[in-house]
Amino acid sequence: MIEIKNVSKRFGQVQALDGVSLRLESPGIYGLLGNNGAGKTTLLNILTSRLHADAGEVLLDGVPMVDNDAALAQLFMLGEKNLYPDEMRVRQAFEATACFYPAFDIARAKALAARFGLNMKSKITALSTGYRSIYRIVLALTVGAPYLLLDEPVLGLDAQHRDLFYKLLIELYAEHPCCILLSTHLIQEAAPLIGHAIILHQGRILRNAPAEELLAAVHTVSGPAAAVDSYLAGRRPLSASSLGGLKTAYVEGPRPQAAPQGLETGPADLQGYFIALMEEESK
Amino acid sequence: MIPGFDEERPLFLQVAALLEEAILSGAYPEESQVPSITELSVSCKINPATALKGVNLLVEQGFLYKKRGLGMFVAGGARERLAQERKKQFFAGYIEPLLAEAEKLGLSREDMMEMIQKGAMRQ
Repeated sequence: MIEIKNVSKRFGQVQALDGVSLRLESPGIYGLLGNNGAGKTTLLNILTSRLHADAGEVLLDGVPMVDNDAALAQLFMLGEKNLYPDEMRVRQAFEATACFYPAFDIARAKALAARFGLNMKSKITALSTGYRSIYRIVLALTVGAPYLLLDEPVLGLDAQHRDLFYKLLIELYAEHPCCILLSTHLIQEAAPLIGHAIILHQGRILRNAPAEELLAAVHTVSGPAAAVDSYLAGRRPLSASSLGGLKTAYVEGPRPQAAPQGLETGPADLQGYFIALMEEESK
Repeated sequence: MIPGFDEERPLFLQVAALLEEAILSGAYPEESQVPSITELSVSCKINPATALKGVNLLVEQGFLYKKRGLGMFVAGGARERLAQERKKQFFAGYIEPLLAEAEKLGLSREDMMEMIQKGAMRQ
């Protein structure tokens, strides 16, 4: 288990993280959701000791992780930054990875590279955005680390390759239960995978709960504006939108068993809930 | 998202419905093995815990059973029992919403009977 305790980080005037506390348990698929600038990548960089926190600590099974090579070898981070030399080719990067991660399955990496159409002879820096994502995905899926931190894994990937990635990720998780932290803006397509959602906003944790629990505590309502307004009175609406006289709102609280006369209620989906929450926060 | 299913219901119920449909249609015959949790979750692109929850629902109802070390199988008589269940749910699932919608549109009972007969003739 990874424990993040009260972690803060400031860059100049910007408080990137402000007292963040979290637990990541294995097995589990965590969705780290937040707008640009919410602090997601900073948090991942602190987890992997690429950045040092100003305050707070990160523990792996109770042991501090900062610059702890044995603990860090349990983590693999798929991020935007290429940490290998510019001249390195895909095949050489695979060989280098094998030195850091003894459980890395290089034969499977080569097989997956072929399945995605990734040229092993290409220089990493010469790869397109999509193929750079594929190169990172192949590493993440075969590295054998018990904790996988995936920062925007499907950046630039076409629909077919995204589909293949999600399937391979679920297959890996089902056959070798591990801890996966998925940071993504594509909430809709990642939502069915996410067991536990963490919503980060301006460096603070806004929500942190099993996705099912989170969504059971909110619902949608729509109907004639006047009827919706009287329904919302005394409740806690998150956001509302109108289309002529028709009004739709996200409301906190479980969905009522029967919809009130003239109104329709519905379940919330993760992306809709996230957007409603962000709109509420930016008021 | 699971093909052919609405987004109104939680995913685990959609998994259960997918299996029920396959049992009813005979795609998964009685005493045959159903797809594993891995196969179900990969194919539907959902968290394996969700797939397991859906499968467990059918196990609790006795439509599926577990053979230790082998996997999940369709129980004998599951198809007939499922059809009975569906008949019981027909009124709440189809007739009640039908009447509610007809009420909203101001359709008379005669109008509805005529439509049902017309529909039956086309089948």
